[in-house]
Amino acid sequence: MSGTGSIRVEGLYKRFGDFLAVNDVTFTAEEGSITALLGPSGSGKSTVLRMIAGLEEPTAGRIFMEGAEHTYKSVQERRVGFVFQHYALFRHMTVQDNITFGLSVRKESKEFQKERLSELLELVQLGPFRDRYPDQLSGGQRQRVALARALAPRPRVLLLDEPFGALDARVRQELRRWLDELHRELGVTSLLVTHDQEEAMELANTVVVMHEGGVEQVGTPAEIYDHPSTAFVAGFVGAANVLAGHVVGGSIQFGDDRVAGAGHLEEGVAAQAFVRPHDVKLAGWEPREGSVVAVVDRVSRLGWLSQLTLRLPDGQQLLAQVPKDETEGVVEGVKVVVDLRNAKAFPAEAAARSAEAVV
Amino acid sequence: MATAAQAIPRTKRTLTGARVATLFRRWGLRGTAAVYLVAMIAVPAIAVVSQGFGDGLTSLKSAMGTAGAWEALRLTLATSAAAAVINAIFGTLLAYILVRYRFRGRGMLSAIVDLPFAIPTLVTGVMLVALYGPASPVGRALQGAGINVVFAQLGILLALLVITLPFTVRTVQPVLLELDTAEEEAAQTLGATHWRTFRSIVFPALRPAITAGALLTFARCLGEFGSVVIISGNITGRTLTAPVFIFQLTMSFKPQEAAAVATVLFALSFVLVLVTTRLTRLPAEVSE
Amino acid sequence: MSVAATDTRLGQERLHQHRRRRLLRTALLGVSLAYLAVLLLAPLAGILWVAFRHGFGDIAQTFSQPDVRHAFLLTAIIAVVTLAVTTFFGVIVAWVLARQRFRGKSLLNALVDLPLAVSPVTVGLIAVLLFGRGGWFEPWFSAQGIQVIFALPSMIMVTTFICIPFVIREVAPVLEELGTSEEDAARTLGASSIHSFRRVTLPNIRWGLFYGIALTTARAIGEIGAVLIVSGSVQGQTETATLYIFRALEERQTESAYVVALTLAAVSVVLLGTIEFFKRRSSRRDGS
Repeated sequence: MSGTGSIRVEGLYKRFGDFLAVNDVTFTAEEGSITALLGPSGSGKSTVLRMIAGLEEPTAGRIFMEGAEHTYKSVQERRVGFVFQHYALFRHMTVQDNITFGLSVRKESKEFQKERLSELLELVQLGPFRDRYPDQLSGGQRQRVALARALAPRPRVLLLDEPFGALDARVRQELRRWLDELHRELGVTSLLVTHDQEEAMELANTVVVMHEGGVEQVGTPAEIYDHPSTAFVAGFVGAANVLAGHVVGGSIQFGDDRVAGAGHLEEGVAAQAFVRPHDVKLAGWEPREGSVVAVVDRVSRLGWLSQLTLRLPDGQQLLAQVPKDETEGVVEGVKVVVDLRNAKAFPAEAAARSAEAVV
Repeated sequence: MATAAQAIPRTKRTLTGARVATLFRRWGLRGTAAVYLVAMIAVPAIAVVSQGFGDGLTSLKSAMGTAGAWEALRLTLATSAAAAVINAIFGTLLAYILVRYRFRGRGMLSAIVDLPFAIPTLVTGVMLVALYGPASPVGRALQGAGINVVFAQLGILLALLVITLPFTVRTVQPVLLELDTAEEEAAQTLGATHWRTFRSIVFPALRPAITAGALLTFARCLGEFGSVVIISGNITGRTLTAPVFIFQLTMSFKPQEAAAVATVLFALSFVLVLVTTRLTRLPAEVSE
Repeated sequence: MSVAATDTRLGQERLHQHRRRRLLRTALLGVSLAYLAVLLLAPLAGILWVAFRHGFGDIAQTFSQPDVRHAFLLTAIIAVVTLAVTTFFGVIVAWVLARQRFRGKSLLNALVDLPLAVSPVTVGLIAVLLFGRGGWFEPWFSAQGIQVIFALPSMIMVTTFICIPFVIREVAPVLEELGTSEEDAARTLGASSIHSFRRVTLPNIRWGLFYGIALTTARAIGEIGAVLIVSGSVQGQTETATLYIFRALEERQTESAYVVALTLAAVSVVLLGTIEFFKRRSSRRDGS
């Protein structure tokens, strides 16, 4: 159950020709935890994972597993379990040959292989499929076989490269839940690369947010959600409205309105405020100090939420997500009063990188 | 009843110019192709088979009774098989380095591999004799060491290897290019060495292509004449191959006997060629 | 452990990894190169050396001989006629195989592959069986006063037989891959079949066609086995370049033999190389 190790990465760089794919990445994955490398495509997270596995060689930096240096060890020596996005199952071998491959390489006895095979088949619940070939399995089944294969030789560390990326939404959710349970049972230190924030938030103890090769923030899911340390994290993790303005007296001023939270920024600089849609609260019909008046452009229903598209006096748009019971009388064209809570402010140049604030 | 019969209006089929053109195009082309192939290929094939086995097995038995006949057949089969195996190994090696490695002169290497398609077989024989024959220092040195290339079976093998050099390389290369390296990476993470990975993952995927290359090589070698006739010396019972034997039978006015042996050889080759063209035209491996 | 010590240990580990990889690579490259050297490069060098040993003197001398000139002329004539026939009918057959569906198509397909399986001596034998004394078609031709065997017509026929598959096997797959969409578009725009073929199909298949033509030419000028049987080798009359080489070797005129041999090889290599080169250039431009 234990005997799995921590992973520490220090100052990792990777250059491909002229392109710097990984730029000074440092973080630690604690023993027995699940750490997610979260970022958009091209952020370098897969490259970091592959360097830890030994499939790529770092241009600079060091890699430690269980305290021992592994930077230049060969793939085979590292004894990591690796799960690929497209499964990479051995197509010419049956499920059971796939799973026992790592054991046969290490020349384990036939009895031991059989034992371990049964254990793993039960773990991934694929007993009746042992004699099938990969092309006879569904995507979800293949990924479970891939996991069983990776776990068979009891690796110290489990590396997963967007393991559910090739699966459709429902299978993805099922497998996500299943992986969570698996990890609770086995406790293997796991490093998960993903671009899906829901996945990262649900599964991980620690999230490393990456962007354009560098680390933006390392923290628990709650920390990066509630206290994003950079504009990118604020915009990438969770939905966010972005309001452009200037810093005036510790607030960000846009048009005639202000939103608090810019105390740490220099007076007068251009800045952006990030406000989550569910932090845009309806505050009745009477304008008040600190509130903002906006016109409702559109109302859509998303299940139990109502999504309101609001237009601010200075022309900027705001998306609010409000429980539908609170939207009495809110229709297109009316003016409403809203409070903007928990705004995170960042200087405008830094914020420019995350201009695609995802809502 | 009456309504059903009248339900579908019948259009009169007129013989328009367009229809004639279509008909001509379809059947005219098909007819031309058929006549061309039948006249040029089927008739000759029938000729040799009927002449060789027109009177049952008499011609064949008589041919095989000639001195050196069995040895010639055995020699051809043995050298062709050896060439197929050696070619399979080195062809795979060459394909591997051409696909997986980057090095200066890679394009040049690829071009060199294709050379045998351009060099006439006679010239291949001449080339090999020029370098390994008794008239050259290299040839003499080899002779001194006890290695006879010219007028020996080794020379035949060498000539066959040159001529079929590109075969396996070209069947294996496209398959290698298509291979997904993720499977090999997975094997490495599971502790497999380079060789184990090749053995368990890469080779099974290449097997059909390698087999096709080997079979093509074998079929091609069975009928090789131009280079062998120069380098082997055609010594009856020692370095006389089946095609040269057929040649000798033909030139000594024994066409039926020649036809009998020729048919046997050709039947074997033909089956192999058919099998391999089906093998290489098979759709790609199962995708995920 | 001090920082310096870990660094050197790291450095050593990394070097060790790299060195192992390098070693394997060098070994594989080395073995491949050695194989190619023994088979091709060294013999080529050998024949080049003999041919150019006395500078261009031997070459000039060889080409001044009327025998040689006539031999090349004959080779050229045979090649041209072979090309014309196999290209024209080859395109038709390729079209029929790629575009049409009908019973018996697999038979036609097999027929196309057949010449590849036949030894050239067998082809010569077949010509004797068909046109030689007592042959199937001999009476008709003698009645017309046409000399087939031991004369140009049979030499052309055997060469044509041997070259039939090349254009077809290069053009048919291209046609299949291209699909009919462009030709259909042309038809909707009013183009007749011939017109659409000339303006739409032909340009699209041109690289396959050129390559097939180059292969056919290379094969035709290099043919020895079949022409050796049917030509009768009448010096200056039915002696092709390859037959000249054969005779020159027997008569110990090695330099001339080598020069003619090299010329044949050079023509083929240049032809195929040029097509390859332009094909790559054009596909790069098309952005494929």
